[in-house]
Amino acid sequence: MSVEAQGVPGRIDSFPTAELAGFGVRAGHPMPFGATLVPGGVNFSVYSSGASAVSLVLFRHGEREPFAELPFPGEYRIGGVWAMTVFGLDHEGVEYGYRVTGPDTPSPGDRFDPARILADPYARTMSGRDVWGAEVDWDDPYPYRSVLASDDFDWEDDRPLRVAPEDLVVYELHVRGFTADPSSGVSAPGTYAGLIEKIPYLKALGVNCVELMPVFEFDEFDMSRVNPVTGERLYNYWGYSTLGFFAPKAGFAATGRYGMQADEFKNLVKELHRAGIAVVLDVVFNHTAEGNENGPTIHFRGLDNGTYYMLTPEGYYYNFSGTGNTFNCNHPVVRDYVLDCLRYWAGEYHIDGFRFDLAAILDRGQDGAPLADPPLIETLAHDPLLRDCLLIAEAWDAGGLYQVGSFPGYQRWSEWNGRYRDALRRFLKADPGSAGELATRLVGSPDLYASRGTLASVNFVTCHDGFTLADLFAYDGKHNEANGEDNRDGNDDNLSWNCGAEGPTRDPEVLALRGRQAKNAMLLLLLSQGIPMILAGDEVGRTQHGNNNAYCHDGPLSWFDWGLAERNGELLRFVRECVAFRAAHPMVRDRRHPCGDEGAGGLPQVSWHGERAGEPDWSEGSALVAMLRSGTAAGGGGEHLYLAANAHWEARELELPALPDGAVWHLFADTGAAAPEDVHTPGQEPPLADQRRIVVGPRAAVALVGRAHH
Amino acid sequence: MSFNAILTHDGSTALITLEGELDALTAETFRREVERAAEAAAELLVLEMSQLSYMSSAGLRGLVFARQKLADDVRIVLVGANDAIEQTIRLVGFHHSVDFSDAIPE
Repeated sequence: MSVEAQGVPGRIDSFPTAELAGFGVRAGHPMPFGATLVPGGVNFSVYSSGASAVSLVLFRHGEREPFAELPFPGEYRIGGVWAMTVFGLDHEGVEYGYRVTGPDTPSPGDRFDPARILADPYARTMSGRDVWGAEVDWDDPYPYRSVLASDDFDWEDDRPLRVAPEDLVVYELHVRGFTADPSSGVSAPGTYAGLIEKIPYLKALGVNCVELMPVFEFDEFDMSRVNPVTGERLYNYWGYSTLGFFAPKAGFAATGRYGMQADEFKNLVKELHRAGIAVVLDVVFNHTAEGNENGPTIHFRGLDNGTYYMLTPEGYYYNFSGTGNTFNCNHPVVRDYVLDCLRYWAGEYHIDGFRFDLAAILDRGQDGAPLADPPLIETLAHDPLLRDCLLIAEAWDAGGLYQVGSFPGYQRWSEWNGRYRDALRRFLKADPGSAGELATRLVGSPDLYASRGTLASVNFVTCHDGFTLADLFAYDGKHNEANGEDNRDGNDDNLSWNCGAEGPTRDPEVLALRGRQAKNAMLLLLLSQGIPMILAGDEVGRTQHGNNNAYCHDGPLSWFDWGLAERNGELLRFVRECVAFRAAHPMVRDRRHPCGDEGAGGLPQVSWHGERAGEPDWSEGSALVAMLRSGTAAGGGGEHLYLAANAHWEARELELPALPDGAVWHLFADTGAAAPEDVHTPGQEPPLADQRRIVVGPRAAVALVGRAHH
Repeated sequence: MSFNAILTHDGSTALITLEGELDALTAETFRREVERAAEAAAELLVLEMSQLSYMSSAGLRGLVFARQKLADDVRIVLVGANDAIEQTIRLVGFHHSVDFSDAIPE
């Protein structure tokens, strides 16, 4: 193609200077890394600290054997970077990889293997798993192929939303599972495009942020097996095993078969943004899909094994991730790689934030020991392109490091607050000694985040990993038989309670209690300070039949059943109103922990109560927490919020704290009341007939708002 | 596979008739015709696609290119797009740039 046709007259590097395997080539640009479309050709750049020779291997889509192999001339290498521009490639039909030869004298830890074709760690699209679950050619010598991508999506005026973190309500979902079930009624089930059709549901629910479980390219057949009991195919459904850190999962795109997954995913982001919904990605940098010494060689291992992985002195893989290897995140090269990757997603895909899986690994040094000042965490905290991105750490790992409250946050990072989850669960089942901790969690966990404020705490009761909310109150123990490991896998410490019968029951009292507990949990979660996160489906009582580790199920067990939105409409309505209540009351979203200073009307920002106003019960046996918050209302002026949770099996009559002159208690929610009296639309709450006391039913919670009576 | 893009004018309407397979290798031809239509200040651009069998990613990008080349008030109408092409355009969100029609507008 001529230079003029590309619209860059006068560029003097748009023509070849040599010929290799029938292609015109010239020395390439080392930066940026990866494959980049340039005038008339493609610039390939790949690095390896130890390689003695590198070849570019070119395939046509769908053909097993390469059609060309171009050895990089020695003079095309600068430092450890090999770069070459190749002219005249059909960039849509080409797949590429690298053949990398190691040094004559290998270093300990080297695993160069020139018999294999390596994928590009910077590949912006990958082929090989284009259609979810499609039959796999197990003998393909190069199964995950790098593909060229044109980063020219038409974003119009879209940009990341920059929703104020205090206003966020996060909704964690699995792209495929959200619409794969036929009940979703979408035109392209289980895809990015399918999710777009459910945006009205998310809007109606009121959430303003989706946290997508892994969407970086992974292989659903990784560790795939057949359940010996049921004969059912088990997949790597969750996707916590990344193949392509720069490539969106093709199998989540209805257009993956045409290689248009990047466009389809970008369109999803654009449509979510148009609806005011931010996009957070769950990213997995603690390990890769290459596994341990018995795992496949995909890319990193054959380029620079000792750089990318934490190795024992004997050259084996440290396994802090529980999956075979540990990504060496604080090696300077790997740190830059992670930064390049996140910058790409923030800049090219307009992503609003990232949740880091097993993030405690990110602050381990190259020998595996935790660092006081981990460079990667600090780099991400201060990066200009990531400045407005949420950074959320899952602040523990599988190597025993638990850093909730102590993860190095640089006044920038938030954490999945595992202690919030545990405290709520303990209180709701009336565990001894749980009342005091619940109080601390409701006001944003000042014990953990005193200097960081409430937004360091991402509050949740459930997430993808563990019981769903409905199952939390329907099962004492996990029931993971369908995972094919005799119920050995999954967490045994769930802090769950079946409310009187294990699993399905027709006992109306048990069912009523379960329904109440789900409302209690949602009310407490959405009225707690910090950033709340809801697991998709919990708002409609989705069950996994007691399975608390559904990572391998691609089917009804893990999919969203949209019939529930109708069948459990009562819970859905309750959750919607709680989300709306949160939006209506800035006090609940305050970045600061409340203290004893005056909030409004002569009352302190926070005070604690019991059966008698001003007399909280923090004893070991207490199952009652009552909190009064006083502060500024959305429209200015003072207001007061009273939240009382009774985990006891008997009702309690509580004396209400006195309000300043002119203010009246209104009832927002009472989980002990039958619908539709269980919740009221914010702003239209009815005044309480008795302003001096309220009865909180057995294992129920109430929320009141004190304001002038209109 | 062969590809043809032929531009004709009818008053203020520009009609580009597309035939064959529109992909990375042929997209440039399409873009050139779009630029010519833009230079002629067409008020309506009709893409007649009933003889277009395939449109790749690069081909679909030509639609966005057309949208960006033409003034905001110029409609782009796709006539006779086959189901696979229309579906792909919708899935990746390019349908915001164009209208679909069964017949060439009057």
